[in-house]
Amino acid sequence: MLVEVEGLDEILRKHGYQRAALIGILQDIQSRMNYLPRKALQYVSKCLEIPLSEIYEVATFYKAFHLEPRGKHTIQVCLGTACHVRGSQRILSYLETLLDVKAGGTTKDLSFSLETVNCLGACALGPLLVIDRKYYGKMETGKVESLLKKYR
Amino acid sequence: MSPHFQTISELRSFREGLKRSRDPKSPWIAICCGTGCQACGALEVLEAFRGKIQEMGLKDRIGIRATGCHGFCERGPLVVIRPQKICYMNVTTEDVSEILHQLANGGGVIERLLYQDPLSNQRILYEEEIPFYKFQQRIVFGNNGEIDPTDIDDYIRIGGYQALEKVLSTMTPEAVIQIIKDSGLRGRGGGGFPTGIKWEACRRAKGKEKFVICNADEGDPGAYMDRSLLEGNPHSVIEGMLIGAYAIGSEEGYVYVRNEYPLAISNLTCALDQARAYGLLGKNILGSGLNFQIKISRGGGAFVCGESTALMASLEGRVGEPRAKYIHTVEQGLWNQPSNLNNVETWANVPIIINRGIEWYTSIGTEGSKGTKIFSLVGKINHTGLVEVPMGMTLRQIIFDIGGGIPKGKRFKAVQTGGPSGGCIPESLLDLPVDFDRLQEAGSMMGSGGMIVMDEDNCMVDMARYFVQFLEEESCGKCTPCREGLQQMGRILKRICRGEGKKGDIELLEDLSLVMIESSLCGLGLTAPNPVLSTLRYFREEYETHIQEKRCPAKFCRELISFSIRPDQCTGCGACARVCPTQAIKGERKKVHFLESQKCVKCRACVEACKFEAIEIN
Repeated sequence: MLVEVEGLDEILRKHGYQRAALIGILQDIQSRMNYLPRKALQYVSKCLEIPLSEIYEVATFYKAFHLEPRGKHTIQVCLGTACHVRGSQRILSYLETLLDVKAGGTTKDLSFSLETVNCLGACALGPLLVIDRKYYGKMETGKVESLLKKYR
Repeated sequence: MSPHFQTISELRSFREGLKRSRDPKSPWIAICCGTGCQACGALEVLEAFRGKIQEMGLKDRIGIRATGCHGFCERGPLVVIRPQKICYMNVTTEDVSEILHQLANGGGVIERLLYQDPLSNQRILYEEEIPFYKFQQRIVFGNNGEIDPTDIDDYIRIGGYQALEKVLSTMTPEAVIQIIKDSGLRGRGGGGFPTGIKWEACRRAKGKEKFVICNADEGDPGAYMDRSLLEGNPHSVIEGMLIGAYAIGSEEGYVYVRNEYPLAISNLTCALDQARAYGLLGKNILGSGLNFQIKISRGGGAFVCGESTALMASLEGRVGEPRAKYIHTVEQGLWNQPSNLNNVETWANVPIIINRGIEWYTSIGTEGSKGTKIFSLVGKINHTGLVEVPMGMTLRQIIFDIGGGIPKGKRFKAVQTGGPSGGCIPESLLDLPVDFDRLQEAGSMMGSGGMIVMDEDNCMVDMARYFVQFLEEESCGKCTPCREGLQQMGRILKRICRGEGKKGDIELLEDLSLVMIESSLCGLGLTAPNPVLSTLRYFREEYETHIQEKRCPAKFCRELISFSIRPDQCTGCGACARVCPTQAIKGERKKVHFLESQKCVKCRACVEACKFEAIEIN
C-alpha cells in the first residue's frame, strides 16, 4: 500500500513528475524535511517509476543530500582554498573537539550538524563559519565557543 | 502592466523612453548587496537607507538601488554615491543618516568612510581613483554597479538587449559565429577553447533539437566571479545565451547553477521571469521567428559536474559521471542531442563583442587571449575581491598594484591559479603576463580565474595535500587512474606532512602523476596532478625538508610543530588558558603559564589569544 508522505505530491507536481527533475525533487524534499527519509524516497520511486536503487545512487552521489536526520542547527566550515590558507582547518578541528563530532556528523543531542563546504565565495571574510545560513567571518578559534553559546 | 514586445522597434522606443525618464545628473545611491557585502550587513544598511529617505522626505530627490557585487569585497558593505561615484567603505547603519544629510545639503563628504591609501595616508574620493579599481578594465563586470539586478528596465536603460536587436535584425547566424570566431573569445571556464569554433561545430551538427547550456557550477574553491555576475547582472548572461541560441539554432537552454548560491538562483529566476514577460524569451522573440526558453537546474554539490559530460548527465537527473569524449558534446550531449556549453563569464562577453565590434575587442589582451578576465583575488592579500583586467597583465600588477600586496608585512610566497587543477606560481615568476598560454607554460592554468595568494606562513606540501584531498573526495570514481591515483597520492602527501615521508616518495608522486595524466577519463583526473607537479617544480626543497629533516619550514604542518610558552614574554594574563579547548595550559594568575604538550591539539587558539607573542611555535 502506498502511503502519501505529507507534501510530497506537491513537490512532485511542481516538477511535472519528470525523471529528469530527480535532483531538484530530492533537493525540495530535503529542504522541507531536513533530510531524505527512506519512506519519502520509496514514495518517489513508486510515483516516478524509477527503481529505489537508482534514487539511492543519486542521493548518495551528491554531497548535498543527507540520509540521516540533521541537527537543529547546521554549522558549515568553509574549506575553500582562501579559507584554508587562512587556517580554516584549525577552526574545524577545534569544533570537532568542542562538539565531540566529526565533520559530516551530528551531535548526539541533535543540536548541531557539523559540515564542511568547498567555498561559499565570501573569501574576504575567511576563515568563514556559517551557522544556519548566517555568515560569521574572520573566525578565530578563540571566538567559536562564545558564538556557539548563542545557539545552545 | 509590463510591456510585451512584439517587434524590435517597440523595444527600442521603450529603451529611449527609459533613458529620457531619468536625469543622468540626479543623485542616487548604489548599495552593494552581493553575497560578500550581505554577509557584512549590507541588507541592514539598505533598510536603513530606505527608512531614512522616507523619513527625511527625500524620496523624490535621491534614488536608491540594491546592486550586485562591486568587487571590493574586503571593504564591504560598499556604498557608492552616483553619478559622481564617491565610494564609501565599511558602511554601517550608523553612517546612513550622515551620508543622507550631506547629500541632501549638496556637498561635503565623510572623510572617514573613504578609502585611505596605506602609503600616503591620503583619502581617495572617487571609485575610479582607488588603486583597486584604477588599474582594472571592467567591461564585463563594471555594469554590476549601475543596475538593480532584479529590475530588467535598469539593464535595458544602459543598453541591454541591444546586441540581441542587432543580431536579430541585421545578422545571419553564420555571421554571428564568424564575429565570435574573429573576436578570439576563449572559454572562461577553464579550458580556454575558442568559443566560435564550438558554436560552429554545434550549428553544423545534426540533431532533432539542440541545447544551449550555461555552466554556473562554479566549483573551484576561491573563485566566485560567475556567481557575482549571475547575482549582479543576470540579463547579460541571458542575452548572451539568446545570441548563442540564434547562432546555433537552439530553442532550449539551461543554466546549471550551484545550489550553494541562493542569491544567484533567486536573481536569475527573477530575471528569467521578467525576460519572459517582456517577450525576450518564449515564442517568436521580437517578431524575429526565434523561439527560445531557459530553465534553471540546481546542482547537487559535486565538483565533477563542472565537467561538460558530467554536467549534462546531472541535467538529465542522473549521477554526474563523465563519459569518454570520442564523440563531442557539440554533436551528442544532453539527451544525445547537439549541445553547446559555455561558462557564465563567456556568455556575458558575447553581447559586449556584438555591441562594440571585434576591432575594439581584439585590441584588448594578448596575441592568443583576447579581452579581459575576471579574477578572484583571495587568500593572504590586502584587497580581497573580484578584479577584471585585460589579458596579459602581470601577476605582480594584479597582486601588488590592484591587490595591495600581502597583509601584516609578510613575504609573498606563491599564487595558486586555476583551482584544484591549476598550479602554484612562485615569486620568481611574478612578472609573468597572465593569459591562457603563459599560465599553462608555467605549469598552471587559467581555470575559472581563482587566484589564491599565499605568504611565507603557508606550506606548499600542505597546499598540494589540500588539493589532492579535495579532488580525492570529488573524484566520481568511474575511472581507475583518477580514483586510485588520487588516493595513493593523498596517502603519500599526508604521510609527508606528518613527517613520515620516505626516500623515493617524490619520485613515486611524479610517477603516479604521469600515469594519471596519460590515462584518466576526464579533465578532473587529467589535471589533478598539477598542484603536486607545480609545487614539486618550484618548491622541491620544501618536500625534501619534510622528508629528510622531518621539519615544516613554514611551521604549518601540525604534526611537525609543537607549542610552548616563553617564560620571558608571558605575563600570566590567562587569556591562552581560557581559550584552550583541551585545558592544556595551566598556570596561576600573573605567573608564567605552562603548556602540556601531550594534551595540546595544536589548534592555535592560544597563539591568536596571546597579546604578548609568548606562544612559541617550534
